[in-house]
Amino acid sequence: MSVTYLEAIRAAQARALAEDPRVFIYGQDVGAFGGAFKATKNLANEFPGRVLDAPISEDAIAGLAVGAAIEGLRPIIEMQFADFSTVAFNQIVNQAATLYWRTQVPCPITVRLPCGATSGSGPFHSQTMETIYAHYPGLIVMTPATVEDAYSMLLEAVAIDDPVVFCEHKLLYYHLKADALPTEALPVGKARLAREGRDMTIVTYSAMVHEALAAADELKPEGWEIEVVDLRTVKPLDTDTVMASVARTGRLLCVGESWPWGGVSAEVIARVATEGFDLLDAPPQRLNAKDTPVPYHPNLWAAHRPTARSVAAAARKILRQ
Amino acid sequence: MVQTVLETGPVAEESTSRATHINAYRLMLLARVLDDKFASLYRAGKIHGGVFLGRGQEALSVAVGLSLREGDIFAPLIRDQAGRLAFGESILDAVRTYLGSSLGPMRGRDGNVHRGRPLQGLLPMISHLGAMIAVVNGTLFARRMKGISGTVGAACIGDGATSTGAFHEALNQAAVEKLPLVLVLADNQYAYSTPNSRQFACQSLLDRAAGYGVAGHGVDGTDLCACLNTVGQAVAQARAGHGPQLVVAQLLRLCGHGEHDVADYVDTKLKSSPVGRDCLKVAEEFLRQQSWASETDLAAWRSEAIQRVEEAVATVQREPAPDPFAEEWTALSSRQLTELHDEESPGPVDI
Repeated sequence: MSVTYLEAIRAAQARALAEDPRVFIYGQDVGAFGGAFKATKNLANEFPGRVLDAPISEDAIAGLAVGAAIEGLRPIIEMQFADFSTVAFNQIVNQAATLYWRTQVPCPITVRLPCGATSGSGPFHSQTMETIYAHYPGLIVMTPATVEDAYSMLLEAVAIDDPVVFCEHKLLYYHLKADALPTEALPVGKARLAREGRDMTIVTYSAMVHEALAAADELKPEGWEIEVVDLRTVKPLDTDTVMASVARTGRLLCVGESWPWGGVSAEVIARVATEGFDLLDAPPQRLNAKDTPVPYHPNLWAAHRPTARSVAAAARKILRQ
Repeated sequence: MVQTVLETGPVAEESTSRATHINAYRLMLLARVLDDKFASLYRAGKIHGGVFLGRGQEALSVAVGLSLREGDIFAPLIRDQAGRLAFGESILDAVRTYLGSSLGPMRGRDGNVHRGRPLQGLLPMISHLGAMIAVVNGTLFARRMKGISGTVGAACIGDGATSTGAFHEALNQAAVEKLPLVLVLADNQYAYSTPNSRQFACQSLLDRAAGYGVAGHGVDGTDLCACLNTVGQAVAQARAGHGPQLVVAQLLRLCGHGEHDVADYVDTKLKSSPVGRDCLKVAEEFLRQQSWASETDLAAWRSEAIQRVEEAVATVQREPAPDPFAEEWTALSSRQLTELHDEESPGPVDI
């Protein structure tokens, strides 16, 4: 008996629907069809009238969620692909994210973003959006890397009184498995030590955690012990755990699947450089996707995003310094 | 079922009671006096940021506010002072928001027309046009989900907002869900400086109703009687479960986009045409014709409105401004998830 990352997301939604009558799911094809990725499979059946198809109107989907939240409900909205959330961007960053600050009325919506690059998906079905949403005040941005976190953090997202952008990675949907759903979890906003080490810290999140762990495996026979920090939520960002790790290792590599300009990896390095410069034995580095749209062909795609091999190569450069 | 009802001029005024009409007129007058006061304060440099008036749109706006009742949802736009007052927003809420009082509903965090009390059904607009319609849809959707019926939600927009994707998505969404949405479109001939000829190509914005499969109602926005009837009818239709209603009113904005705008781009022929009539004067003249108000009444109502506005402004001018040192600088209601920056930053950890 095992459960996949995608099944965990489905199970979390089923549990949220079962336990909280305020929860409903709204998005394109999420109803009887069960969603483009089947993340809501059978839920429309199990919870009649609470899992509803929406027109192809990302702006109106998010706007409706805000209105429902004002009325005390807890909508989960699915953007079919994270890329399409740009159409809902205004409602998310200007409507949902400002509501509490402006009016003291909370806006408990969960925006599920199936994100990340998969081979053959091309420029408009592959994007990671956490950087953009994390930039805006008033949003929580989650980037679960494990089956356990996909489950527990989605439940947390629904429970939180603020808008949560839940970035679930499509590459992990089917392949990532756990023995069972978790019964306990780290608190939201707390990073996880995915692997302990003494020579260097790799700070990363989402699917890149697995590339970083594979890179650490690759570097072990060379004598290097790599510590991997999984941020879990990129906003709030658990600076304390990052700093504590860098204090132990003295070396830092940040890895993100998003584009290099600005972003989570830049933010982590900025924080470590400003608050913990003395802890560093070598200049901190970052590794991101290339600064182009995400390519379609597998050859190009595989070279566009950081991989275990490129992470290990970047790590070696830092370790030699 | 698509229906298009076109009403022009004082058609069914007998159905509008004298008391309703007088109440509506007095709210319009109060809104005009309040708007004029904001304009004066703006010119005196007493207001931070812009001032946006509803001059010329009070008849339509007041009809929306009066057609709604407690428990309904109202998302006014920038020219809805009259509708806000009719819906129950206090003068103090308006003045406090314009003057940035820390005691106002927005506590100096947002200003001018960006105000509301969501839990009382008054939604605070964001600046992006068309964006409030889907939020109203959401409140109505939620009510239905909670088993509450009989609620109506009204959203006000202008001609310019009809060009946005948000308008299209939200009106279509309301139609698909058959929500009790009343979308009130003030076609005031200009979106800021852009005339209708550069905004849309259909004959009338009322034509849009059929395309979305919603009922459409045209109305002369300068005529209070017609507005009360038409908007009242649209709200009643929505309340009765007949789905979204689109009301398109023809009128002219009798001011700039904001008080910073002299609006010299407005065609003088429009100003002297029927669409350029001042709805407040039309309503006043109607009261005289019906012998529903004497000159003494009219003068007394005006001085009462002025007094109420002056009192509110005097009160708010004595109120504290927001204090940046007392301000809680977080955008999250989940305080424990707020990130610390600046001087509160935890700094390096001890090892």
